[in-house]
Amino acid sequence: MCVSLLAACAAQPDGKPVDAAPSPRTAPYASTYKPASSPPVLIRGATVLTGTGARLDDADVLIVGGRISAVGSKLAAPAGAQFIDGRGKWVTPGLIDPHSHLGVYPSPQVNAHGDGNEISNPVTANVWAEHSVWPQDPGFDKALAGGVTSMQVLPGSANLIGGRSVVLKNVPAVTTQAMKFPGAPQGLKMACGENPKRVYGEKKQAPTSRMGNVAGYRAQWVEAQQYIRDFDDYGKKLAAKEKNKGADKDKDKEELKPPKRDLRLDTLASVLKGEIPVHIHCYRADEMALMLDLADEFGYRVAAFHHAVEAYKIADLLAERGVCAAMWADWWGFKMEAFDGIQENIAFVDHPKNACAMMHSDSGEGIQRLNQEAAKAMARGVRAGLSIAPEHAILWLTANPAKALGIERQTGTLEAGKMADVVIWNRNPFSVYALAERVFIDGATAYDRGRSDAVPRSDFMLGQPGRGVAP
Amino acid sequence: MNALLHTRIRLLLVAAAMLCSAGAMAQNVLIRGAEVHTPSGKLDNANVLVRGGRIEAVGAGLAAPSGITVIEAKGRPLTAGLFAGFSDIGIDEVSLEKSTTDSGLSVGADKLRDAQWRPEFDVTLAYNPNSVLLPVARIEGFTWTVLEPYSVAGGSFVAGQGAAVLFDSSYDAVISGSQSLFVNMGGDAMSFSGGSRSAQYMLLEQAIREARASSPPTSQSLLHPAGREALAKYLAGGRVVLHVERAADIRRAVAFVRAAGMKPIVAGGAEAWMVADELARNDIPVLLDPLENLPSNFDGIGARLDNAAILHRAGVRVGFSGAGSSNARKVRQHAGSAVAHGLPWNVALAGLTSLPADLFGIAASRGRIAVGQSADLVLWSGDPLEITSIADQVWIAGKAIEMRSRQTELRDRHLERLKRGMAR
Repeated sequence: MCVSLLAACAAQPDGKPVDAAPSPRTAPYASTYKPASSPPVLIRGATVLTGTGARLDDADVLIVGGRISAVGSKLAAPAGAQFIDGRGKWVTPGLIDPHSHLGVYPSPQVNAHGDGNEISNPVTANVWAEHSVWPQDPGFDKALAGGVTSMQVLPGSANLIGGRSVVLKNVPAVTTQAMKFPGAPQGLKMACGENPKRVYGEKKQAPTSRMGNVAGYRAQWVEAQQYIRDFDDYGKKLAAKEKNKGADKDKDKEELKPPKRDLRLDTLASVLKGEIPVHIHCYRADEMALMLDLADEFGYRVAAFHHAVEAYKIADLLAERGVCAAMWADWWGFKMEAFDGIQENIAFVDHPKNACAMMHSDSGEGIQRLNQEAAKAMARGVRAGLSIAPEHAILWLTANPAKALGIERQTGTLEAGKMADVVIWNRNPFSVYALAERVFIDGATAYDRGRSDAVPRSDFMLGQPGRGVAP
Repeated sequence: MNALLHTRIRLLLVAAAMLCSAGAMAQNVLIRGAEVHTPSGKLDNANVLVRGGRIEAVGAGLAAPSGITVIEAKGRPLTAGLFAGFSDIGIDEVSLEKSTTDSGLSVGADKLRDAQWRPEFDVTLAYNPNSVLLPVARIEGFTWTVLEPYSVAGGSFVAGQGAAVLFDSSYDAVISGSQSLFVNMGGDAMSFSGGSRSAQYMLLEQAIREARASSPPTSQSLLHPAGREALAKYLAGGRVVLHVERAADIRRAVAFVRAAGMKPIVAGGAEAWMVADELARNDIPVLLDPLENLPSNFDGIGARLDNAAILHRAGVRVGFSGAGSSNARKVRQHAGSAVAHGLPWNVALAGLTSLPADLFGIAASRGRIAVGQSADLVLWSGDPLEITSIADQVWIAGKAIEMRSRQTELRDRHLERLKRGMAR
């Protein structure tokens, strides 16, 4: 049965139709993630930021069976529940970083593990970040201590089209498959501007200019369109042959050859079909607008711009188009396309109706304190005269990235029925002094600052100097 | 000889310029009702009187001299101007555009056999006070930095000399007495020492012998005459900023530099906590990045967030650096993070103010709110180490800084567009 446009039914030698190019949702290398089992948990009397824009004071959060069961006051707990005194604490959804290179550019930064960019061709839509992830990256543990429960790991930005990203649950695991967020779509990483033209320009190879960049993307989408047509034609011929079976013996004998499967075009065709959301590394406002036109030309949707340093200049356009922007609080200036950075970027982008502003890290340091980055951005927005409360700013770290990654039905808020990805903070998280005390992933304690046996430590860190659990 | 002469001339000019600015341009101001952070602690509801660019009085109930500008602090915190850490503000405008960066010297020596060291290289001569990076840092409460030369390919792990500069936008902003030699050691510098960190000591030993030799060096020498003079100056008790991370390297490099007659400051020091007692015993200060807790490389496997707290408890003087140039303002977050991980709050503030002033020889005039000090002051909207606080007003030598930068201009222009619905 051929549901997906891409799964346009090639045939095996025996003539039986098969999925030529599997849909990403039924792709190989499937998630083997299993939530850890856990007793019911009732957090009582905390300040709760729900991720839906609400702040509830002196509220309870009930977790049952790994899911959010209820949020409210004076909740009753089922038998066997664990009680946590939340007084003085703040509770938020688990943080989601929409842009990380943990695992693909892990610590320590050694040549053997620098697997985040396939710098052999400006278009490597065939590669998958998950095939580079080193699950023992100690950075995962540190991110967990910062309250990060899910993240998107992307290929780097050397290439125009860098490959497929993967969404991970931030759980210690021996295999990457055991970290894969169940049901999350992969993303496509594209890159605008300086990086691709610098990397390949230095090799005296296309692209060497921004117009070369755009010509490069367009040529790929043209090919992807043809690839889809080839499979469509083949599917039609196959169907016609099936329908006319027995009418013409010669035609029955005629062998229909499926188009050759191409991993690069599999990815691109899945994008055109809407199965893979597009994430674009793009700093400048004018280039983001070009990339939206490019998407229109070929009929796909951009999920988010990343490192969108100039997004504040097109806040209206992004909101109108329903495109998210992943930004830093204050990182700027190291290259020309980052020269116009301002600290109010996120606050401005967040301002129009239907906006989708997100904090991202792109860094093993930044991912540990996304809450602090949001605090800075919030303070700057407020100083500029915009009204931004903590219960709203938390969306930059939770519900909005969940939406951009296509996991908003599973996580990103504390609504009943969602995965119980939850952080308990020792105080208002929008502070440099705030620390995540306890982190739940699917209701199970993934991190507990107060218990050394509940602070994960990667295999790599065993037997190293500084034994014991270091913050 | 030329280099030394040049340096002296430049210092005289700096001194002359400072006298000028103190007389003609500085404001007199009374800041009233502030939470004043002085070396001896916090004074609530206190006043600070500034005249002729200097702090004239600190205390309760100071009368306002007639005609003086009065700032009502309304309980807001007032601190000394902050230290932006080591940076290349005014030296490196856009890092990836080589035409805008002067951070490091390459003599084109890619092989050890061609090595030439130029410790006479003084990165501060490239300083441009009109850099847009300067107001970006200044309006966040930072009033000075130490310009740092970098080791670049084809150069040496002895990167050259840097010094403190004041963010007053003057052309001659180097603060006299702050000159320092920058030496990068350990794993990061192995490409400059023939593939082994051991050779860093061998090469340093060679250079030191050359600097001390009375007879002219051979053709195989590392140093030119000006370089021998420059290094000799440091061998007579000069300040050396040692970038080094691994515990074993910190110990060895510090001991080597001290034995050679120089005064080391450890920069980086990811694993300094592992040798805290030894550093404390020898009073070796550490300027570190308290956000560094990843084993970024094999030299920093032991990196941890409470490095600063452990060092402080052992008696080591600790300050902050590590946020680079364009985002130097992040150093304040560094200090706050150290507090979150156990460093006492007042020690963290000192690590951004008085401690670096002590280390770079400028404490007589800057780094503290005290009578006689230059009025480099910051009035904060809230806790100065909290990231949601904002610098409301900055003064340098008593002059109120215009709280504007290229970034605030971009902000204001596009905020207008945002309010108008953002017509393209």
